Amino acid sequence: MAFEIVAQVSDIPVGQRKLVEVRGREVVIFNHGGQFFALLNRCPHQGGRLCDGKLTVAVTSSEPGHYDYHADRQVIRCPWHAWEFDIRTGKSWCEPDRVKVRSYRTEVLAGTQLVRGEYTAQTFPVKTENDYILVDA
Amino acid sequence: MISALRPIDCDMHPVVPNIRALVPYLPANWAASVDDRGIEGFDSISYPPNAPLSARPDWRPGGKGLPVSLDDYRRHVLDRLDVQWAIGNCLYGAHLAFSEDLGVALASAVNDWMVDTWLDPEPRMRASIVVAPQNPQRAAEEIDRCAPDRRFVQVLLPAMVEAPLGQRRYWPIYEAAQKHGLPVGIHAGSSYRHAVTPVGWPTYFVEDYASQALAFQGQLGSLISEGVFNKFPALTVVLLESGVTWLTPFLWRLTKFWRGTRSEVPWVTKPPIDIAREHIRLSAQPFDAPDDAATVARILEHLPGKDMLLFASDYPHHQFDGDAVLPQGLDQETIRRMAQDNPRATYRRLEEAL
Repeated sequence: MAFEIVAQVSDIPVGQRKLVEVRGREVVIFNHGGQFFALLNRCPHQGGRLCDGKLTVAVTSSEPGHYDYHADRQVIRCPWHAWEFDIRTGKSWCEPDRVKVRSYRTEVLAGTQLVRGEYTAQTFPVKTENDYILVDA
Repeated sequence: MISALRPIDCDMHPVVPNIRALVPYLPANWAASVDDRGIEGFDSISYPPNAPLSARPDWRPGGKGLPVSLDDYRRHVLDRLDVQWAIGNCLYGAHLAFSEDLGVALASAVNDWMVDTWLDPEPRMRASIVVAPQNPQRAAEEIDRCAPDRRFVQVLLPAMVEAPLGQRRYWPIYEAAQKHGLPVGIHAGSSYRHAVTPVGWPTYFVEDYASQALAFQGQLGSLISEGVFNKFPALTVVLLESGVTWLTPFLWRLTKFWRGTRSEVPWVTKPPIDIAREHIRLSAQPFDAPDDAATVARILEHLPGKDMLLFASDYPHHQFDGDAVLPQGLDQETIRRMAQDNPRATYRRLEEAL
C-alpha cells in the first residue's frame, strides 16, 4: 500500500463525491465537511457501484417512535438494494462487523509538499499552488 | 417413546362445554343477559365442533361432540403420554364480542372457570390467562388479577384481532406480561374483524386453517418492526399451533429486506432473524412437513435456533393418530429439548414449587 495522488481538493466540493482509479481499482472519494473519505466502489453485497448511490444521513433510535437524525454521520446507500455504509469506515449499518466495504486512508497535501517529496513523478500532474487528495490504496 | 421424557405439553385446549358453565363466574348483569338476550355462546368458528380437525374421532365422547372433561384429557394424553405439566389454552371466544365490556367479563369468567375446573382438580395442569384484546388496558388489568396464581404461566392472544399486534395500542398487554414474567402466547384463530386470508374471505374451512400461517407472519413482522422487543426486552412470544416450517423462509425474507429499508425502523438494530431467535418460540404441533425424515432434518437445520420448539399435543385437535405425536425425523436431542428443556426455559413458572 502506498499513497497515490487521485484528485485536486477543488475537484470535490463539500458534500460531493468523485470516482477515481487507483492501481486498477475504482475508488469513490467523498468530501464530508472538508474531510475526505475513500471507499472501494463496489458494494460487498452484489457489487453495486456505490458512486451512483444516494448519500444520506444515518438515522438511529433510542426507542420505537424516536428518530435521531445525525447530520454529521453520513451513509452511502447502494443504488441496487439500498444497503447503507458509513462513509467514514465502510461498515454496513445493518451488520457492521460482518458486512463492510473496503475503506482507504486519505490525506491532503499541498502541491509544494508533493513536488519536493516522494510523491513526485506520478502520472497525476501536480502544481505547487494547488492542494491534492491522496489515497492509500 | 415420548412418555419416557415426561414431556411438557405446551398447547392443549380445555373446552368450555357451553356458556352455562361460565354463568356462575359472570358479573350479575352479564349472567342475567345470557338469558335475557338468549346468548347461545361464544364458540369460535375457528374450530367448528364437527369439523374433522376440531377433535380426533376416537377422542370424541361416544363418537360425537368434543371431549370436555378433565378425565377425557387425562385418559387420552396426560396419563397416556405421561405428561409432566400441561398448559391449557382455552380458545373460548372472549375475543369475539364486539362489546369490550362483555369481552372482558367473558375472559375473567374463563380464567376463574379454568382455576376451578382444571387447575384445582389436576396438579399437572397449568393455564394461559385469557384476555379480551378489544381493550388492551383492561386486558392488562386481567393479567394483573390472575398473575398471582402461579399456575397461570402465559398470556393468550388470538392470531388475528383488530390490528397488528405489534402496534402500540397493545403494549399495555406486553408491559403487564413482562412485569409478571409471563410469555405471550399467540394462538391460531381470529376475532373475525378482517378476512382470515390477505386476499379476502375464503369459501372453505381448509383455506381458513391453512392460511393461519400468513397471520403469524404478519404478527411476527409487526412485533419486530414496531419494536416490541426493544421496549420489552425480557418478553418471549410463543406462536401456538402456527406450524413450524413457514418460519424460516419468512425470516429470511424479513431480514433481507430489512437491510435495505432499516432506516424506516431505526430501532431495529439487529437482523430480524436474530431477534426471532432470541424472543420467539413455537409449539411444534402441527409441524407442517412431509412425512420423511430427511426433509424434517433439513428443516431443523434451517431453524434459527435449537431452543425454539416446544412439544405440544394440541389436544383435542386432530393433528396425529395413535401415539404418533411427533413428526418423523426428529433426532433424540431435538425431542429432548422440545419435551423438557425448551418449555422449562420458556415458562419459568413451571419449575416453581407451588
